[in-house]
Amino acid sequence: MDTHIQAKNLNVYYGKQQALKDINIEIPKNQITVIMGPSGCGKTTLLKTFNRFFELTENTQLTGEVLVDGQNIYNADVDVTEVRKVVGLLAQRPSPLPMSIYENVAYGMNIHRMKKDRREYKDAVKHYLEIAGLWEEVEKRLHDPATSLSIGQQQRLCLARGLAVEPEIILGDEPTSALDPISSQNIESRLLDLKQQYTTVIVTHTLRQAKRLADYVIYMYLGEVVEAGPAREVFTNPQNKRTKQYLEGLF
Amino acid sequence: MKFLKQPWQRRHLVETFMKFIMRVSLVFVAGALGLISWIVVVRGLPALSWSMITQIPKGGYYMGKEGGILNAIIGSLYLATGGTFLAMLFSVPIALYLKTYLGDSKWGHYVRLSLDMLWGIPSIVYGAFGFTLMIAFGLRASLLAGIIILALIELPIMARAMDEVIRRMPADLEHAALALGSTKFEVALRVVIRQMLPGITTAILLGFGRGIGDAASVLFTAGYTDRIVTSLMRPTASLPLAVFFQLGSPYPEVQQRGYAAALILTIIVLAVSFGARWLSARLNKYTVK
Repeated sequence: MDTHIQAKNLNVYYGKQQALKDINIEIPKNQITVIMGPSGCGKTTLLKTFNRFFELTENTQLTGEVLVDGQNIYNADVDVTEVRKVVGLLAQRPSPLPMSIYENVAYGMNIHRMKKDRREYKDAVKHYLEIAGLWEEVEKRLHDPATSLSIGQQQRLCLARGLAVEPEIILGDEPTSALDPISSQNIESRLLDLKQQYTTVIVTHTLRQAKRLADYVIYMYLGEVVEAGPAREVFTNPQNKRTKQYLEGLF
Repeated sequence: MKFLKQPWQRRHLVETFMKFIMRVSLVFVAGALGLISWIVVVRGLPALSWSMITQIPKGGYYMGKEGGILNAIIGSLYLATGGTFLAMLFSVPIALYLKTYLGDSKWGHYVRLSLDMLWGIPSIVYGAFGFTLMIAFGLRASLLAGIIILALIELPIMARAMDEVIRRMPADLEHAALALGSTKFEVALRVVIRQMLPGITTAILLGFGRGIGDAASVLFTAGYTDRIVTSLMRPTASLPLAVFFQLGSPYPEVQQRGYAAALILTIIVLAVSFGARWLSARLNKYTVK
């Protein structure tokens, strides 16, 4: 297994409360990893340590290491904007920026100065909207406000916007929980299409979604990783009693 | 019957009473506005003529019954526009800095406290302060001095009003931009300003309104003259002072001209408000609701 992200002795505190307890996991490259567990178990917190997003909450503390390609992203000499360029995030609810559809996709490329001229930006915007499966729907209204899209379209726009900065990792924080079933399915199939090229880490609380997407599974309970392993093994033959109970729907 | 109305029940009585108080307050405020407008229109309109807005005073601003107040109209527009522009140059960065880097920290609290205090200082004190500085530097009353002092008065108003608006920025939007690898400054410049443009426009209007209506500060710093100002270094007339001087005149005709000047001032403020609102509604297109 080729490891892309690794957490080593990771502890996170919100004030005095410990949210993550001594996490040691390895997340495989170019596969979909699903983090599951009951609500409040720390799965979103764990996800947010991978792009240093948890530190946006005040009064947090972290010990241990998170390695991306073997490099600790919490080292003092790390530029957090570079981390977030490599580690993209698809949020729970889509939040388009206060701009047009076109500008939303171009925004990230623009701040990172990734393209040289108008032509290149135009081509790139089209390219990523196509990957996100949105191009045909918005082709004729690229300069409309992004908020004029339906919520499902907005989430695909956010996917296109995230991919446009050429990340290597996509984090998804329950990325379909605000969407209707058809839009959810649409996002899920995009993620499956993309998994050859990106390392994907998804947090979900729906077991069925986990089963549909996961190559690798991390099961968490009360801030600890209870079990982690290839999806087939964890789903068919869980080693831990708690995982087994969760999979059986006991809580 | 289970669902009969019980208007005499205590909680319903309380609601009726409170609603009454709210309505009375509303009537008071609206009534005051209506009365002021009524007086300004009734007393000012007869004296309002084409020559009022196209000519400079004949026979002095205090006694003169002829000519107009073009000198004060132009002076006030220069003063308020200049002051607002200058205040904007400083208040936008202050508001963004407060939001982006200070937040709700101890220092943020101190900065907000001092801006609130500045907001509450009477404009005559600003005028006296400006006057003292001018004496120290050996400067005469001038348009420039007036602009600077108005900018100082408007700055805390604009900075705090913007700050209050920008603080209500949805965190999701900020996070979306940060997740793409933006620096905090890029978020402030490219996302916060765009999202909060309508609120920022309102804050600027608030400052402009205060600036164009202020008499005491420009009395000391910009002076007054019957001529139209042609240089930053020359004194200038202004509408609030035109109102003040003419109302203080013993002649009823001149007093009436004072009301006409007040009417013109009101119309300018109204026109600028509508203009800015129209503009911000157009820029508002992309705002995330």
